[in-house]
This record gives sequence, structure tokens and C-alpha cells, in this order.
Amino acid sequence: MQKLLEQLEEIFDASSIASSYGELTLTVASEDIISTCLKLRDKLAFDTLIDLCGVDYLTYGQSEWVGDASNSGYSRGRSAQGGEDRHQQRFAVVYHLLSVSKNYRIRVKAFVDEAEPIIKSVTNIWTSADWYEREAFDLMGILFENHTDLRRILTDYGFVGHPLRKDFPMIGEVEMRYDEDLGRVVYEKVSIEPNISVPKVIRK
Amino acid sequence: MAEIRNYTLNFGPQHPAAHGVLRLILEIDGEVIERADPHIGLLHRGTEKLVESKPYNHSIGYMDRLDYVSMMSNEHAYVMAIETMLELEVPERAQYIRVMFDEITRILNHLMWLGTHALDVGAMSIFLYAFREREKLIDCYEAVSGSRMHATYYRPGGVYRDLPDNMPKYLKTDTRTDKEIEVMNKNRQGSLLDFIEDFVKEFPRHVKQYDDLLTENRIWKQRLVNIGIVSAKRAKQLGFTGPMLRGSGVAWDLRKNQPYAVYDQLEFDIPIGVTGDSYDRYLVRMEEMRQSNKIIGQCVTWLKANPGPVMSDDKKVAPPKRIDMKDDMESLIHHFKLFTEGYSLPEGEVYRAVEHPKGEFGIYLISDGANKPYRVKIRAPGFAHLASMNEMTKGHMLSDVVTIIGTQDIVFGEIDR
Repeated sequence: MQKLLEQLEEIFDASSIASSYGELTLTVASEDIISTCLKLRDKLAFDTLIDLCGVDYLTYGQSEWVGDASNSGYSRGRSAQGGEDRHQQRFAVVYHLLSVSKNYRIRVKAFVDEAEPIIKSVTNIWTSADWYEREAFDLMGILFENHTDLRRILTDYGFVGHPLRKDFPMIGEVEMRYDEDLGRVVYEKVSIEPNISVPKVIRK
Repeated sequence: MAEIRNYTLNFGPQHPAAHGVLRLILEIDGEVIERADPHIGLLHRGTEKLVESKPYNHSIGYMDRLDYVSMMSNEHAYVMAIETMLELEVPERAQYIRVMFDEITRILNHLMWLGTHALDVGAMSIFLYAFREREKLIDCYEAVSGSRMHATYYRPGGVYRDLPDNMPKYLKTDTRTDKEIEVMNKNRQGSLLDFIEDFVKEFPRHVKQYDDLLTENRIWKQRLVNIGIVSAKRAKQLGFTGPMLRGSGVAWDLRKNQPYAVYDQLEFDIPIGVTGDSYDRYLVRMEEMRQSNKIIGQCVTWLKANPGPVMSDDKKVAPPKRIDMKDDMESLIHHFKLFTEGYSLPEGEVYRAVEHPKGEFGIYLISDGANKPYRVKIRAPGFAHLASMNEMTKGHMLSDVVTIIGTQDIVFGEIDR
């Protein structure tokens, strides 16, 4: 990993590289994603795109705990690694790359704006990005420019919304049932109340 | 002369060879596939969304339900991600138990794959043989966790409990004579480890049996050789991992290349293919079963010689002993906090992957310091494999689609998540 870090520092700005838990994270501007990925593939032999996903930082660091009961007890006693403030922009696209030939990994992160969540597609660099980008579009609503076939992939035909966004309720927005009178399946607004079983508590 | 046009065929989602709920839209020229468009998501349960709403330990059970034929391997990746962030030491005995069950899981998965793959291609009997051995391994699952499939056995910090000293036995029924029961219970007289040891001894003979039935079988070879060839370069481009990548001749295995748990202390080989066709992948998986069997044997020997704790003694993560809770207030508090609020992970992110029977199964975990994960991305190997369906089937006949679905070892639990 040390060797990779040195090589990375030659090519990229050292401040954009972070290391935590034995993993390297390279944060780049969304405009530079294509050039970065090409450099990583051609100069550093990252031949496989292992994973690509979207992250929504909307409620990052917000606790669901209301009131101040027991906010001090039960500390964790461990220090955080790599937890700097990085959610000025709402969405991030995270690429996990693997080099089979050199046996190392890297994580590339590009932030995109909420108003215009668009980033260039890397399908021409790694073919496997195709479905991963479709998934990120489907679940997170991130658009990939130059993707040839950006359809929904995991959700139902005709689904509205992007379920992994933090403002999408866990119980969903519509429910489905068979209507005897109409003789077909109908969609209605969900009838159940959202419920938090265990509140989210942040222990620093 | 009439105009000749391609036609579109809908394959699945209710088709016995679709391995669950795969819907394939096939564009066919005569019987030759021009284009395959898999429609997935029919088993989408929103695991990643659900995991965000629950404390860490509650979601171990969801991992079982991802790839529901290799349950404990999924759990392994998830607990490893949590352990990394907590900087938790896992006792060595627990590591060996995990490795042993990972390999049991690999055999379970490959037996399932072998049975269904052969069934799809037209060999009925192998399915029955494969399930005969699966039954024994599922009994091992049941013996340690109480559940035959969805074990929830791995916990951050170790495993739920130590291996049982007695292997459960078959009870008398009206339909079986005492003598039959006695035969069935013959290898269940000792502990679980004795039972597994007996399995390890017997299993090579069974693999030989499958081998005799299929490897040189003319029909089997006609259906598999040169079907779905993927070159090493394309395999990497397509994000292949596991037997799919090794079948194309790339010696890549996380157990060897990026060892986790105690794999670096065990001896085993990595089989690779030559041409990258379905037949090579079949041979790779068959050899993997033999190698897994070897690993299980080594683990059994080690576990028999080395008793010890199987759970970390970090009370913030591991539940206290029941007996301590009776007179120790601190244990009671720990228990209460652990089972209501759970534990918090430090802020940060981590990606941990294991060599799952199907390939690289990874968990990308982001924590904002809370008792629930902020985001969990599950990297399922089957997702990348199925994405290559179009490329792999192009130019093949309709009946080869079934072979290719079989060779990709598709399970929808992990693809749809």
C-alpha cells in the first residue's frame, strides 16, 4: 500500500488522498472523473471496477435522539479514522477499484451537486460500470452522462422516486393491491405510519 | 419472399431454469441469440435501506438472506467490516470456526450449483446426489445455530457460541425401524467436530461420484465445452471475481491474495481454468470443493486441539454472560444498552470483502458515529456476472442460455438485494 501511495502522490494532489483502516481514498472533482479513472487504469493497472455506488449525505451526522436523556453515557472510547467534514455537497459517487495484477485497491470518490446530480459515465473505461451506474441512477437518482442505456434496474416498472435517498421514507410512498371492481392492480398512498424502532444516537 | 425478422422471446420470471426470478428478454434470429436483456429486481427487498434503519447487530440476519445458499460467507463480510472499524480483536478459535464454516458454506453453495446446473442441462440424478451431502452440512448449520439456513451465527467479535459437544441425533419415528435409525445415527455419536471429520473423510468419495457422472459424460461436454467463453482480459473488464474469473485462467483468490481470518495459516490450492468456457468453470468449482474439504479437515484438527474463547471480551460489543448478569450490575447495564441501543461505530468508512463461493462479496460501510450504519453498499458478485449475460450469450443458441445461467451460478437474493 505504501508503494501505491507514493505512486499516487506523484500523479495526484497529496491532499486529495486519505488513508484509513488500511485503505486509500482518492477524492476528485466530478469533472475530473474520466481523466482520473483513465490514469488509474492505464498508469496504475486498476483493471477491475469492483463496485460503484451512490451515497446521499443529506442526514449525515444527524441524530434521531430527541431530548437529552443519557446523552453522555456509554461512550465508545475509540477514535474516529478519516471522518472529516465532507458533506458540503449532497451526493457522492464512490468507485471501488481493484488491481488484480498488482494486488491493491483504491476507493475513488466524486461529489456531485444536489441541483444537478450529473457525472460522466465510466462505462467506456470498465464495462462492468454499466449495471452499477444503472443501479446508482435507480436508487439514488444520480445521472450518468454518456451512459447508453440508463434505465431503472432494481425497482418496479413505472416506479417513482429514488428509494435510497435519505428523504425517501423507508415504508415507501405507495402500496399496491388488487382491486376487485376495477379488475386490476391499483397503487395507493401507503396506509401505515412510519416508525423508528431504535433511534439513531451519535456517540462521539 | 416474406421478410425475415428477429423475434423477441420472454424467458422467465417463472421458469425452472431461471434460478429464481430472472426475466430475460431475448432477441432471437432463428435460434441464435442476438441480444439478451436481463430484467432484475423482482426479488428486490431494499436490504440496503433496511440496514440503515437498524442497529448493527440486527442486520446480520439480512446478510443470510442475500445469497441464501451461502449464508455464513455473507455474514463474514459484514462482521469483518464492523470489526475493522471497532478495531476489535477476534479470538483465534472463532477465526478457525469461521473459516471452517465458510468452507462448509462453499461446499453447500457448490453442491447447490452443481445440482441445479446439471438439472438445467438435463442430468437429473446428480441433483439428488448433491442434495444428499447438502443435508449433512445443513445439519452442521443447525447444530451450531439452531437454524438450517439463516444462521445469524457470526457476530462482531466472534461467533455466537462454541461448537456443540453433541451432534443431534435422529429420533425414532413410526416410519423407520430402530435399525435404520441406528445406521443413520452412526456418525452422530460424538461431537459436531467428529461429525464433520467423518464428512471430510467421506466427501472425496462423493465428489468422485459426481466426477464419474459428469466430467467425461458426452452430453455434459457437448452442452458445456466452448459455451460462454470469456477471455481473461474481458473477465476483468466485466468485473468477474471468484470461479468465474479463475475459470478464465486468472489466479485470483482473496483467500490467497489478500488473506483474512486465518487463511494464511492453511494449506490449499487455487484451481484455474484454461479456455474460460463453462466446462472450465465446472472443473474449477469441482476442484474448489475438494480444496474446501481439505481446509475443513485442517480446521477440525486445529479446533480439536485448541479450546478457548469464541467471542471477544469487549463488553461494549459482546453480550455479557447470563450468569454474570445475576449479581454484577455493570454486566446488566451492558446487556441493557447492547440490546436496546446497540453499539456505535466511529465515524469513517470501510470496505471489506471475502472470497464468497460466487466471487468477491464486499460490504462498503459508512458510519457517521451512530449506532446504525449511515450507508451500506453490498457488493454482490452475481450482479456483475449477470450483467455480462448479453455478452456471454451473443451468438449462442437458445438452449445455451440455460447453460450460461447455470455456469454463472446466479442467486437472486444477492443480485436484487
